Amino acid sequence: MRDFVAAQARAIPPSGIRKFFDLVQDREDIVSLGVGEPDFATPWNICEAAIYSIEQGSTSYTANRGMPALCREIARYLDDRFSILYSPETEIMVTSGVSEAFDVAIRTVVDPGDEVIVAEPSFVAYSPCVMLAGGTPVPVQCRGEDEFRLTADALSEAVTPKTKAVVINFPNNPTGGVMRDADYRAIAEVIVDHDLLLISDEIYAELTYEGSHTSAVTVDDLRERTITLNGFSKAYAMTGWRIGFLCAPKEICDAAMKIHQYVMMCAPAMAQVAAIEALRRGSRERDAMVREYCIRRNLFVRGLNRIGLPCHMPKGAFYAFPSVAETGLSDLEFAERLLTEQGVAVVPGRAFGTSAGGYLRCAYAVSRENLRVGLDRMEAFLTGL
Amino acid sequence: MAMDEKDRILLTILEDDSNLPVRNLAEMADLSEEEVAARIRILEEQGVIRKYRAMVDWEKAGEPEVAAIIELKVSPERDFGYDKIAERIARFSQVRSLRLISGVYDLQVMVVGRNIHEITSFVAEQIAPMDHIRETATILIMKTYKENGHTFFERGGGDRLPISL
Repeated sequence: MRDFVAAQARAIPPSGIRKFFDLVQDREDIVSLGVGEPDFATPWNICEAAIYSIEQGSTSYTANRGMPALCREIARYLDDRFSILYSPETEIMVTSGVSEAFDVAIRTVVDPGDEVIVAEPSFVAYSPCVMLAGGTPVPVQCRGEDEFRLTADALSEAVTPKTKAVVINFPNNPTGGVMRDADYRAIAEVIVDHDLLLISDEIYAELTYEGSHTSAVTVDDLRERTITLNGFSKAYAMTGWRIGFLCAPKEICDAAMKIHQYVMMCAPAMAQVAAIEALRRGSRERDAMVREYCIRRNLFVRGLNRIGLPCHMPKGAFYAFPSVAETGLSDLEFAERLLTEQGVAVVPGRAFGTSAGGYLRCAYAVSRENLRVGLDRMEAFLTGL
Repeated sequence: MAMDEKDRILLTILEDDSNLPVRNLAEMADLSEEEVAARIRILEEQGVIRKYRAMVDWEKAGEPEVAAIIELKVSPERDFGYDKIAERIARFSQVRSLRLISGVYDLQVMVVGRNIHEITSFVAEQIAPMDHIRETATILIMKTYKENGHTFFERGGGDRLPISL
């Protein structure tokens, strides 16, 4: 029999985080700092809205683009929270999570042979999606000494005549780094000079702890050449609902719509109803969860520095990204031994890009109590080295 | 002094557990211990923090409690409205909470006692005969599902995978 798996499917690497999964699965008493999702259940009013809609029989397809009421709420929300304006009729599309939004965005703009610059350390799905679209991912490094921001210098060095687009994600998974207005202005020059498109995944926007989130498109020059991605998973504890959205200038949004319509039809109807409720009446619980993440961040990051794992205070998302350089172990050795010897699961930095080796991603979206237990065990591990 | 986010973080933590050592508070608010102590002192002085108290399960302590909601129709007094009679009722230690409400009744009183008899006799002998009280309705509480933001049952959370993409 032939090997039916396509070359492209064979070429993409399995997720580096997933590899760790097998080690963790059979163990009891694990403190897992490996989970990139909120530990809260979705606020009840959001669940209730979805349950009621199912009881009422609202279980059919919706408009491909998303329910008009949801698109309007999203437009209002983006304006209120981040001062960015997108037309609910022509520039917003509701997707099955940002994962789908990213895949569609890439397929909308990448031709075979195009290079797509991916700011690393980065979420593990970006480069494989670029490859599946026939593009070539080109990593560019965000460094610890820059608090993991993307600098104009690093970006210009990665640009070639084949470069089509740049992918960024701030607040960042896995570093917790954020970009401010001046940082966006600096990279905007490079992007405009080389006539590139920006894809900005802002899924962690609400999880910004000092000051407020700056959206890439608040820089005027970027508005016409940016695809903004966002969703409900992190801010409203709705990972399992698979609901997000893509915003882009009309022509790009129309093209993205064609792909979305053929591969997804529409995002789940009940998740769309839930999202409307989240935007209308979810801000109180959202803000309470964000404050709790902030408390956990302070507790955990100060703890890491105390026990001897240097870590910058991340300004966003729910990840701490300490360096293990001083321990003499590689990130992979550290993570494997920490798991087997002390039962604490963290993800080695190299899963997020070659430059991220020497770091660990610790998700602090777990209870304060578990964070303390995790810190105690990490301290015991370091003492035993 | 104007409140800032650090104050609100301290209050959020203390509202849930007022017994935490300053060292822990300092870590969670990313402040020094001295700063935490100073901020708490100011919050206390300003009356933002009004009291520290224990939440007691009296049933486990061998003194189970019953509670009832009493609704009252009251004739308001010239110059005083409902305030004077409300303040009178509030003095009873049996009264846990007292509110002026809209609707058919005027005052809503939460009354506690060791048994139903204590409550009914309190209402019949102390509250109902008061001047200006026109009518009472006693509503026994049979089961408490949620109080002060705490639910008395667990919402089964789904199991999170220990590692995700």
